[in-house]
Amino acid sequence: MSNWETVIGLEIHVQLLTKSKIFSSSSTSYGKDPNKQASYVDLGMPGTLPVLNKSVIRKAVEFGLAIDAKIARKSIFARKNYFYPDLPKNYQISQLDLPIVEGGYIEIKDSDNKNKKINITRAHLEEDAGKSIHSDENNCTYIDLNRSGTPLLEIVSEPEMQSANEAVSYMKKIHSIVTYLKISDGNMQEGSFRCDANVSIRKVGDKKLGTRTELKNINSFKFVEKAINYEVQRQIDLLEEGKKVTQETRLYDENKNITKSMRSKEEANDYRYFPDPDLLPIEINDDYILEIQKTLPELPEVKAQNYKSNYDFTDEQINIILSNSEITNFIDKILPISKISAKKLINYFISTVYIKLNKENLNLLEDDLKPKDFYMLIELIENKTIAKNNLKVIIDELWGNNKDISFIIEKHINENANDDAELINKLIKSIVEKNDKQVKEYKNGKTKIIGFFVGQVLKEAKGADPSDIKEKLIKLLDSI
Amino acid sequence: MDIYNKSVVELSKLLNKKKVSSLEMTDYFINRIKSFDSKLNSFITIDEDHARKQAKIADELIANNKNNLLTGIPIAHKDLFSTKGMLTTCASKMLENYTPPFDATIVNKLNEAGMVNIGKTNMDEFAMGSSNESSYFGVVKNPWDLKKVPGGSSGGSASAVAARLIPIATGSDTGGSIRQPASFCGLTGLKPTYGSVSRYGMIAYASSLDQGGPIATSAEDCALLFNKIKGYDKNDPTSNFNTDQDEVKLALKKQDTKNITIGIPKEYFSKDLDRNISDIIYQSIEVFKKLGFNFKEISLPDHDYTIPAYYIIASAEASSNLSRYDGVKFGHRCDKPKNLEDLYLRTRKEGFGKEVKKRIMIGAYALSSGYYDEYYMKALKIRRIIRDNFINAFKDVDYIFAPTCPSTAFDLGEKSSDALEMYLSDIYTTPVNLAGLPAISIPVGFSNNMPVGMQIIGNYFTEANILSIAHLFQEETGWHNRIPEDFDHE
Repeated sequence: MSNWETVIGLEIHVQLLTKSKIFSSSSTSYGKDPNKQASYVDLGMPGTLPVLNKSVIRKAVEFGLAIDAKIARKSIFARKNYFYPDLPKNYQISQLDLPIVEGGYIEIKDSDNKNKKINITRAHLEEDAGKSIHSDENNCTYIDLNRSGTPLLEIVSEPEMQSANEAVSYMKKIHSIVTYLKISDGNMQEGSFRCDANVSIRKVGDKKLGTRTELKNINSFKFVEKAINYEVQRQIDLLEEGKKVTQETRLYDENKNITKSMRSKEEANDYRYFPDPDLLPIEINDDYILEIQKTLPELPEVKAQNYKSNYDFTDEQINIILSNSEITNFIDKILPISKISAKKLINYFISTVYIKLNKENLNLLEDDLKPKDFYMLIELIENKTIAKNNLKVIIDELWGNNKDISFIIEKHINENANDDAELINKLIKSIVEKNDKQVKEYKNGKTKIIGFFVGQVLKEAKGADPSDIKEKLIKLLDSI
Repeated sequence: MDIYNKSVVELSKLLNKKKVSSLEMTDYFINRIKSFDSKLNSFITIDEDHARKQAKIADELIANNKNNLLTGIPIAHKDLFSTKGMLTTCASKMLENYTPPFDATIVNKLNEAGMVNIGKTNMDEFAMGSSNESSYFGVVKNPWDLKKVPGGSSGGSASAVAARLIPIATGSDTGGSIRQPASFCGLTGLKPTYGSVSRYGMIAYASSLDQGGPIATSAEDCALLFNKIKGYDKNDPTSNFNTDQDEVKLALKKQDTKNITIGIPKEYFSKDLDRNISDIIYQSIEVFKKLGFNFKEISLPDHDYTIPAYYIIASAEASSNLSRYDGVKFGHRCDKPKNLEDLYLRTRKEGFGKEVKKRIMIGAYALSSGYYDEYYMKALKIRRIIRDNFINAFKDVDYIFAPTCPSTAFDLGEKSSDALEMYLSDIYTTPVNLAGLPAISIPVGFSNNMPVGMQIIGNYFTEANILSIAHLFQEETGWHNRIPEDFDHE
């Protein structure tokens, strides 16, 4: 295939979940009126001084321990100097030498589904800038400093990923760790989790890295994948035409699915980093680290192992359960009381709740749906008290309104559930018998034809559960 | 009402005995400023209404016996301390119209003590200067000789106190900006240990060196003010709990002095020092010897590297601290900017004076890639060496005496064209800032009719002791009570 090899390193900015900002007491909550959450410190008023919010130290240490990194016993803040209107002091307080977390690694699956270790260079604390909102209409720029001073943990990987897929897996893994540890809400729409990708290509076998470009501020897994794929192809095209890749910062345009140049290396800032004299070094002792170690929640890695050895989950199911700590908590509350196979339980969950979460972009909190209510519904389906295809509707009704579940179930009790099933079995049998040609095709390996059978059955049995029908059809066809 | 020549301690007694009200005293000093300051230019802002309002509150506190020794005493703040609702310009066009929405911690503490803030004193622009000639609001003159500079950067505070336009004032000391003008104007000025006094609301020049403190006529008055402004402040993480402990008392007795050894660093008495000044300091050492103190020659090596290290570190920090003045949020903004770059360039070109621009450029250069190790890192290493030299010296002696300046106040314009010459006038004060130590400058005599100052440098957080030593000397001598002739009348 291609004789080009891709090299990717990611810098992920994780917004830490704190009540107040990293260096001031203003609130960090999202979506307030512009500049309503900017204190004198956030505005960079003359004479103001940063005061470190100590809870960010703990969060950074938790992350460091989770990736088996070295926690710096002494780390310092530095000023990164550059002029921009939404950076009120015209310097950003960050860390350069002596970051709080150094080294560590995570494991992802490579394209051959083998475990691959991705090393992490460092993770450091810094403050976020505000937002500039450009208005062509009024020919001006508005500045909102609500985000100014929001705490960030910047996680820098080694350039060890070789495809957009690996980059996305890495990002998802980091996302699951930080949401697991509850050090971030991981909300990508609100920019709590965003990434810069350093992308270069080289001839397979070359030791030297090619010239890289930096793709800035991508805030979704999908866009990371698309942006990297576009950028890799662009670089291949350039090199194959005998041209050169320019070292530069590029922006991904999600509407056009292209990357475009933002600034070249020559225009890059000399940030004139130096230790911030307004802040004392962060000093961490062994007792503090030990104390955090003790209270650290079980990590996705370890949980995955436990799920594997204790239940009949597939790898894909485990990934879904661990993709988000709310889901994990939900499932963990059901597993100990469940008399149904774990695999089956998760399938019910994925086809209903999980789809709902993604489609409607929801959280999964106790108040939204009680784990024991969900389990009760599954039991009722399993013993055919209610019809499987009513599950989604019941969940929608239950969601967030704290109604008594028995009241809702009563409406849906399906006295004919058994008869219904009987009816569908009969229907399936007759339709299979009527369509010899399609049965033969199926037998010859054209398994997609199953859709035809499902459609035929549904015509006769409106409102039945297609997945249920499909399952039964496959069983029957395979037995012929 | 003949009170201009009284110290804060004496004025406090008059208030307490209700011989005079704070309002009367406030009006008295406002009138003095009005009559005399046209000669000196020591004030940028005078806020009579604000002062009278505070004076009335102080009089109530006194009437209800809720006063302390500072209640009702008029004060003026160097114009880099943020004062809520009162212009705070840093003597720069950049902040010509800037009114802070909050008080600096020092200002807040003194307001709470019931002091009466009459206004804001002139200074070198952004505290960068040793002669008070870089102010956007014009040069300040020395009351001892109007052709001479008052020193800087707290030149307005020193000039005003020396002319007794105000009994006491605040200053800030980054490389000598309290001690040098105190020395040039015949006053007592305390630069506290770095971290003793909160920097919150004090507009930054060089954050790792800046420290606020009092300029007054006597050590006793400085102690009164220091007691009120010291201590940890949650708004300044570099402020220190060490100073919270006890109230500073001038407790040193004559019988204690025989156990105290004072070091005289030979490097500070080299050929750079004016011969007359050297003689005067040695004469005052004789007074201390009579009081029982022991003296010993010591060495503080690497002294020659102090000035280069200081100007690199201070300028580097300043280049970053002053980035925020960009025309976007507050302060000066150029007219009709064409685009963002034009806004930045013209705003800063118009808003900053020459000395400020020079230091921003020196600092940005010292931090830029390729020069960082050669300049900034090297300067930090020198800083550590200088600090270690002091720490070693304090294993051997308890305090160190040194001249405050190599000369007495020089003529206006004399050094303004030669930056290096100007920078060298800080040669004895900057090491103390680099090491973060406390030091007080006291008047010890006159050379050619101009005051001479001497520093008492102490180990970390020994403000109480250096104030005490200064106080013992001032009980024996009268230099601190001398008033320039032109201003020694109603």
